[in-house]
Amino acid sequence: MNHAILTSNLEKTFVAGERRIEALKDISFEMKPGIIMGLIGPDAAGKSTLMRLAAGLLVPDSGTISILGMDATRESVKVQSTIGYMPQRFGLYEDLTVQENLDLYSDLQGVPIEDRRARHDELLGMAGLSSFRKRLSGNLSGGMKQKLGLACSLVSQPKLLLLDEPTVGVDPVSRRELWAIVHRLVLDKGTSVLLSTAYLDEAENCSEVILLHEGKLLAKGTPESLRAPMNGRVFSVKSASVSKRSLQAALSKEPDVIDALIHGDHVRVVMEENGVLPRNSDMTISPLSPRFEDSFVTMLKDRRKTVQDIDGDIREIPRSASPVIELDNLERRFGNFYAVRNVSFTVSSGEVFALLGANGAGKSTTFRMLCGLLPPSAGKLRVAGLDLRHAASKAREKIGYMSQKFSLYANLSVKENLRFFSRAYGLSGKMEAERLAWAIEEFSLVSVMNAVSGDLSLGYKQRLALACALMHEPQILFLDEPTSGVDPLARRDFWRRINLLSARGVTVMVTTHFLEEAEYCDRLAIMASGEILKIGTPSEIKAAAKNLAEPTMEDAFVELIRERQAP
Amino acid sequence: MWKRIYALMIKEFLALMKDKAGRLVLVGPPVIQILVFGYAATFDLKHVPYAVYSEDRGYLSRDLLAAFQGSSSFTLKAVLHDERRVAELVQSKKVLMVIRIGQNFSADLARGGTTAFQIIVDGRNSNTAMLVVNYAGTIVKAFNENLAQSHGRAMPVRIDTRAWFNPNLESRWFFIPGIVGLLTLLITMLVTSLSVAREREQGTFDQLLVTPMSPLEILIGKALPGFLIGIFEATVVVLAAVFWFKIPFLGSVLTLYLCILIFLLPAVGMGLMISSIAVTQQQGLLGAFFFMVPAIILSGFATPIRNMPEIVQDLTLINPMRYFLVMLRGVFLEGTPLHLLLPELWPLVAIGLVSLAIAGWLFRNRMY
Amino acid sequence: MKMRLNGLIKKEFIQIIRDPSSIAIAFLMPLVLLFIFGYGVSLDSEHIPLGLVIESPSADASNFASSFHASRYFETHHFSTTRAAKQAMMEGQISAIIVLKQDFSEELRRSGAPVQLLLNGVDENTARIISGYVDGAFQKWLERDADARGMALETPVRIEQRIWYNSELRSRNFLVPGLIAVIMTLIGALLTALVMAREWERGTMEALLVTPLSMNEVILGKLIPYFLLGMGGLALSVAMALWLFHVPLRGSLWLLFATSALFLIAALGMGLLISSVAKNQFVAGQIAIIGTFLPAFILSGFIFDINSMPGIVRLITHLIAARYYVSILQTLFLAGNEWSVILPNAGALILLAAIFLGLTWRKTKKRLE
Repeated sequence: MNHAILTSNLEKTFVAGERRIEALKDISFEMKPGIIMGLIGPDAAGKSTLMRLAAGLLVPDSGTISILGMDATRESVKVQSTIGYMPQRFGLYEDLTVQENLDLYSDLQGVPIEDRRARHDELLGMAGLSSFRKRLSGNLSGGMKQKLGLACSLVSQPKLLLLDEPTVGVDPVSRRELWAIVHRLVLDKGTSVLLSTAYLDEAENCSEVILLHEGKLLAKGTPESLRAPMNGRVFSVKSASVSKRSLQAALSKEPDVIDALIHGDHVRVVMEENGVLPRNSDMTISPLSPRFEDSFVTMLKDRRKTVQDIDGDIREIPRSASPVIELDNLERRFGNFYAVRNVSFTVSSGEVFALLGANGAGKSTTFRMLCGLLPPSAGKLRVAGLDLRHAASKAREKIGYMSQKFSLYANLSVKENLRFFSRAYGLSGKMEAERLAWAIEEFSLVSVMNAVSGDLSLGYKQRLALACALMHEPQILFLDEPTSGVDPLARRDFWRRINLLSARGVTVMVTTHFLEEAEYCDRLAIMASGEILKIGTPSEIKAAAKNLAEPTMEDAFVELIRERQAP
Repeated sequence: MWKRIYALMIKEFLALMKDKAGRLVLVGPPVIQILVFGYAATFDLKHVPYAVYSEDRGYLSRDLLAAFQGSSSFTLKAVLHDERRVAELVQSKKVLMVIRIGQNFSADLARGGTTAFQIIVDGRNSNTAMLVVNYAGTIVKAFNENLAQSHGRAMPVRIDTRAWFNPNLESRWFFIPGIVGLLTLLITMLVTSLSVAREREQGTFDQLLVTPMSPLEILIGKALPGFLIGIFEATVVVLAAVFWFKIPFLGSVLTLYLCILIFLLPAVGMGLMISSIAVTQQQGLLGAFFFMVPAIILSGFATPIRNMPEIVQDLTLINPMRYFLVMLRGVFLEGTPLHLLLPELWPLVAIGLVSLAIAGWLFRNRMY
Repeated sequence: MKMRLNGLIKKEFIQIIRDPSSIAIAFLMPLVLLFIFGYGVSLDSEHIPLGLVIESPSADASNFASSFHASRYFETHHFSTTRAAKQAMMEGQISAIIVLKQDFSEELRRSGAPVQLLLNGVDENTARIISGYVDGAFQKWLERDADARGMALETPVRIEQRIWYNSELRSRNFLVPGLIAVIMTLIGALLTALVMAREWERGTMEALLVTPLSMNEVILGKLIPYFLLGMGGLALSVAMALWLFHVPLRGSLWLLFATSALFLIAALGMGLLISSVAKNQFVAGQIAIIGTFLPAFILSGFIFDINSMPGIVRLITHLIAARYYVSILQTLFLAGNEWSVILPNAGALILLAAIFLGLTWRKTKKRLE
């Protein structure tokens, strides 16, 4: 046997109502044993479908998939007893303890009783859970749950391990620990690992990478080989005379520029091959080492030429001198548990401010209090100069809110959604018609106007959700994880709009777990265990990781958490 | 304010009607249920299987048996010649009743004397047993009167019985107005008990709460579709009752609709209250279920409230169905005018307002 | 195989113990439902409000009227005029009116109709019961009256009624076994439908499916624990029936449990089927309510006589497992080990259980599609 996975011409289509979704199109690849293969792509790229096909949970429409020499479709039970599989939301029984979960999966995998003790000790030691055996797994943190899930899928010492987005929703510290475990497995046991992820930066951790996009295989190779063509095409640009937002806007209009992104204090530019960067006397340009995302965006750009111009027909909002959002010693208790405490900061008008933190750090709770969805237990909170407790309805007229899951009425059409939200904000008659036309035009929704919004692709859903939140021209925009799951191009479009809004004086408050996105913001606050660790500009935050030369936001984050945990 | 409420209401309708399952639920089950349950829920006996064991050969016993055979309530299953089979047939539930006539039945009667015969009734369902005895008694009474007339005997003294509102004592007249109430409750609860929970699950409720809508506006916007659908369902079922089952409708249509409207107040209120307590749709559904089961059983739908122990009777005072059934039966069969229904109307209004108030309060103040 | 199944069952029990809602459905629900319904649902009419009008008082009339005063079935209210009584009936204060006519004594001797009974026919069942009772009371009074005057009463044909199994016609004796059937339907279908949905919702099902478990093991792993839990609920219900509601148990306890086991398997199978067919909770809920509770209540013969239903509806009742179980329960409690009833009904339960489980087995594939 000389492969871990071998697929040829794999096809899979799902039918949802009247829509056919081609989840995988003509996928052929080979994975050698004993390596980590990364399956990388945004949501709906087909990653989970491929994982499930490999686990024998789905039957391909055509083509074959062979696991360790066995046909995954016909010999699914045999395959299932030789592999370990960790689905996206790993099936831990939350009302069972750590030990009981391990026992269950040992029973199910038929691990002999006499081997178990040693095996469990080893796995729990590896996952750092030895002292939590008796704890209910529902009471573990997100990162610990993921590690336990990994341990459970390893009880039978599988030759091949399938991990479906194991790092989603995990804080950066646990993310690094998870990767360490996976590396050790490959090194010590020679396990083959197929791992899917939507975080492009994780590609660097893999021996080999498969890029999936909309069900198609874009590229395959080592991270270095995929990154190589980008060498010498990535630059940092700074300007003394124009703001970084205007600079970014100007640069992205250049024909040779593939990608221009705000990155802390500079703009990160990716050029076409042999492209010419326009030089200006007050610009400082220095080369940067390429990242994986750069090659991904470049590859997609070739395929997708439809990125529309965003002209930003947005009404200017008069800026006020006083802060738009003010928090003073905000506190929220649930019983004895402090979800948020001692949180104070201000956001001034036109600023883009981000709240960062792992799941359970208190950023969502803070966010909900800011939007008036949850009353604070103590402390002061003023939004648009109004106290949410007394003038709730008036304050809410001035804010727009876009929730985590792009919450739209799934069985209503795009137009019906827009109409409902504009009316819910009290628009009517001519005003309503005008805004409706504006939203459809501005967000290029004409082609899907009568489509049921539940059937839209994630990118469209995100655009529609933003349009709904902007129908009443709010002063402040609250965005709760606005880009989770959408592909890098859609994310760029989205941020371009946000920049425009901010330029017109709209204050934007955003939460995200893409640390990368924090770079696009003016200021950010990092939260852990309900408290704020640090507030500042991206550069100020990154300064926390002082011993690294070119620290990323993640390095800074990990450093801040470590400092806090140190006695 | 009304514009926003109107927008919410339109949205609720669209959300409900665009869902194929949702549409089906609103039309299919109520029609099937009124038809099936309308026929099934009755205490009128028909085709009760019985057997005869007669040792008498006289014509009078034959006359008596003919009277039984002529009744649509009874169906003759077997004529026995062996006494031992009597027990066997009853035990195995093949027949519910055995008529047993002794040797001297005809002879005694012909002599101008009196006589008796036996009916053996399966008492496993005591209510049916009691009805069988009553039906048999009616047949025998008529037989006696005939006999007295034809033989010139003294007529027995009788009671002149008259039943108001339901002269032939048809069970269906009692149950079908009840089913109108039952199905109205069922659909209204199903529609409302999921409306908030579904939005919470999908995250759109937060989106609704950050709009300038006040809880009262959301409450009204969510409640109105419940009312309209409730009225629609009630209309469908009432039409089926009147035109398919031919239940007399003596009261005024206006009174009926006023009663339905007032009943929908607590029905919608309870549904929304359950829905705003629930975190998931599943919990909403379970909640609705656990409210509906006792609400139906303890409503007087099948068994009179009067028969319940005092404490359970007190409990039924907070059951909206209890009042609704009284009103429905009154308006249908008795033509009760509105002012006589006031004792039923005000508790409904009270329960409705309390539950709606709790629901509205929970929209914003529920702990997460 | 044994190790895997044991592991699943052990897990399920730990979950049951940790999650109070399953315990609540299995034990608290029967307790509360049986308590409320056992006391609440009764067809034994007592204290029926009865209006009594004596148009002209006489010894005979007051003598007859007194026979109602002592009765536990009635609560008599005297009215001086028929009009006042009719008004009271209109307002719903009384359910029937007995009018002793002006010429009560004369009519009595002349074979006329000295008594008029006016019933509110809306609740026809109560009306029939009143009518039957008043008839009986009048007949008895006539006999005593005739006896006192040294004459025999001339009713040519009388019925001697023999009610087997439940001679005092206590409705609780048949309602409580019927309620057990309704409650067991709820436990069986709800519990399994819910726990299966939970596995799908929390993503644990996907993790189970990639282990070497076979689908049979998954189904058995759900069936066995909840079967045992359901039997526990049954034991509780039977205990309440026997000692709280004093329903006689004339058949064998073992047979009761054996047939209940069959019914429970059918009900659990139905729950599994619902959860494997209905993906949408709204639809699943509809099926659970329309498919379990209401039929068990209305179409099982628990209250309404199946013989009296029209042909099509009778056909439908054959699909309702509760129908067979109600028959078995009423027989075992009130009649005894009556094999001629138990065997065919138990056979039908086995058939239904096999159909439900077979369909579930076919529907649940070890795939995600």
